[in-house]
Amino acid sequence: MVDGAAQFGGGGLMGAALGMRRSYEAVAPHKEVLPEPLLAKLVIGGLGLAFLVLFLFIPLVAVFHGALEKGWDLFLQSFDDPAGWHAIQLTLIVAAIAVPLNMVFGLAAAWAITKFKFRGKSFLITLIDLPFAVSPVVAGLIYVLLCGRQGWFGPWLLEHDIRIIFALPGIVLATIFVTFPFVARELIPLMQAQGNDEEFAAVTLGAGGWQTFWRVTLPKVKWGLLYGVILCNARAMGEFGAVSVVSGHIRGQTNTIPLHIEILYNEYQAVAAFAFAALLALLALVTLGVKTLVETLSRGQFRGDAQLVIAAKEA
Amino acid sequence: MKIEVQGISKKFGRFPALHEVNLTVPSGKLVALLGPSGSGKTTLLRIIAGLEFGDTGRILFDGRDVTELPAGKRQVGFVFQHYALFRHLTVFRNITFGLDVRPRRLRPSPVDAAKRVAELLKLVQLEGLESRFPPQLSGGQRQRIALARALAVEPKVLLLDEPFGALDAKVRKDLRRWLREFHERVHITTLFVTHDQEEALELADEVVVLHEGRIQQIGTPEQIYHQPANEFVHTFLGNVNELPGSGGTLRVRPHEILIGKNEEGGLVGTVVNVHAAGPVVRVLVRVPDRTDPVLVELSQREHSGLGLVENDRVTLSY
Repeated sequence: MVDGAAQFGGGGLMGAALGMRRSYEAVAPHKEVLPEPLLAKLVIGGLGLAFLVLFLFIPLVAVFHGALEKGWDLFLQSFDDPAGWHAIQLTLIVAAIAVPLNMVFGLAAAWAITKFKFRGKSFLITLIDLPFAVSPVVAGLIYVLLCGRQGWFGPWLLEHDIRIIFALPGIVLATIFVTFPFVARELIPLMQAQGNDEEFAAVTLGAGGWQTFWRVTLPKVKWGLLYGVILCNARAMGEFGAVSVVSGHIRGQTNTIPLHIEILYNEYQAVAAFAFAALLALLALVTLGVKTLVETLSRGQFRGDAQLVIAAKEA
Repeated sequence: MKIEVQGISKKFGRFPALHEVNLTVPSGKLVALLGPSGSGKTTLLRIIAGLEFGDTGRILFDGRDVTELPAGKRQVGFVFQHYALFRHLTVFRNITFGLDVRPRRLRPSPVDAAKRVAELLKLVQLEGLESRFPPQLSGGQRQRIALARALAVEPKVLLLDEPFGALDAKVRKDLRRWLREFHERVHITTLFVTHDQEEALELADEVVVLHEGRIQQIGTPEQIYHQPANEFVHTFLGNVNELPGSGGTLRVRPHEILIGKNEEGGLVGTVVNVHAAGPVVRVLVRVPDRTDPVLVELSQREHSGLGLVENDRVTLSY
């Protein structure tokens, strides 16, 4: 419950901020074309805003309020717990492995689907959506069934002393499964809409395959990719169901932040539970900050050209 | 550089796009590939560029077989119908793209590259737009930047896919004239695809008419227009009336018909419509035994002399 609220709040804020960026890019001045009556505008706009406040903003505030209710000292004390620190580390490690992998897989899948014609393409697209359709708990169970002690690969794994279930690899696998569609789903429609003409142009200008990818395809989908990665990251850090099944809830070993929050909550440690929930929300906000930073840095690239133009005129 | 297309055929699935096409584009000429949509003209252009490969046949550049050569090594400049400018790069970086992707030892120095950009922008008459992004340019500007980008790598051949297709009528006419002048200055072998006969006739040294994947006729604009090789070329190049003549049906262009009032002889008919706005006056004449009315074009001066109105009885001679 708590985890859900934190995740929802974090994701919602990011979505709203990215939405703002998108409308900012379309610079056309807004003039009224469709004559909606003022009342309709107020009612619809008000409803939308009320919904946003009620379901996104208030839960986010509530999380921070719950965490800080009993003062800063108690809030900070919540983190004075080795098991808690371990949960934070584990969450970051899992995200650091799962997100880059899903970025690469998602990009590769989107690239293959949009650049080539092949049999079974629609099947592949459906397959990519599978993790969205399947309940995370089922996703977790799949891995238990495959790699658990009594599972298909269980005896073999045991023989070679490889631990997957109730260990880091299982948590990473479950997270990858659940967060796989985010990047691919964001990129496929974008790449389909953009078409391949720019890539063809690059090729006629002498660019090789890698050059075309790095200089044309990747920059074209840069923002879409980043958006997908942010969503993927938020979900990777916040994933509860699938991870819960495979992790085994071993305190200080296989607990991620969401699992740790659940334990604290069940033990009536409300402040500590909210403190970790606030941390999870904060991590989501940090992801958003990173995105803005990348955006700012990419602008610097063009200032160099302006200086070259001046140099050429003087020469 | 001379381009030779020898026996190129291409199928997309079951659909035959090109059938045994043979064509020679002489060095330094401006040649139009003219045809309706689906005639295979763009496919042929892309095969010459190396963006598509024929199922059979060869492509030769100055006698050298380039059939297996990838697009990047053919030294062709290709301008896409929708320009395909790199939207994330400035005009400057768009133009230098072909230089930036070269191996380091073949890359000009940054200052030389910037000089090249300045020259090209002067050539396409768009100085001072270096730091703009493609979305900030008009259609005509984008088209010329795409041309500058293609020329930056000093191609031996220029290939243009519907170069004026996405522009409005006024800009299209201006750019058409500009391209003609540009070609006269640069004299690079240029092949462009168009579905617009007027464009092909006005611009090209030579016109290649394609239909259903086969070349129908190759010739100068005058030859194509006045001595069409077959019915398709005749009807595609402009309006044609099919009229009864000695020994069968005659295809006659609207301006080749003389229209008269109260005259002896010729085909008798009734005026159904007079359209007098524009440089030529179009008159539709209903003649007996024909479902389609005959289209006649005459000058404004002739029209004011005759003063035709609907339901006038007229005679047509051709």
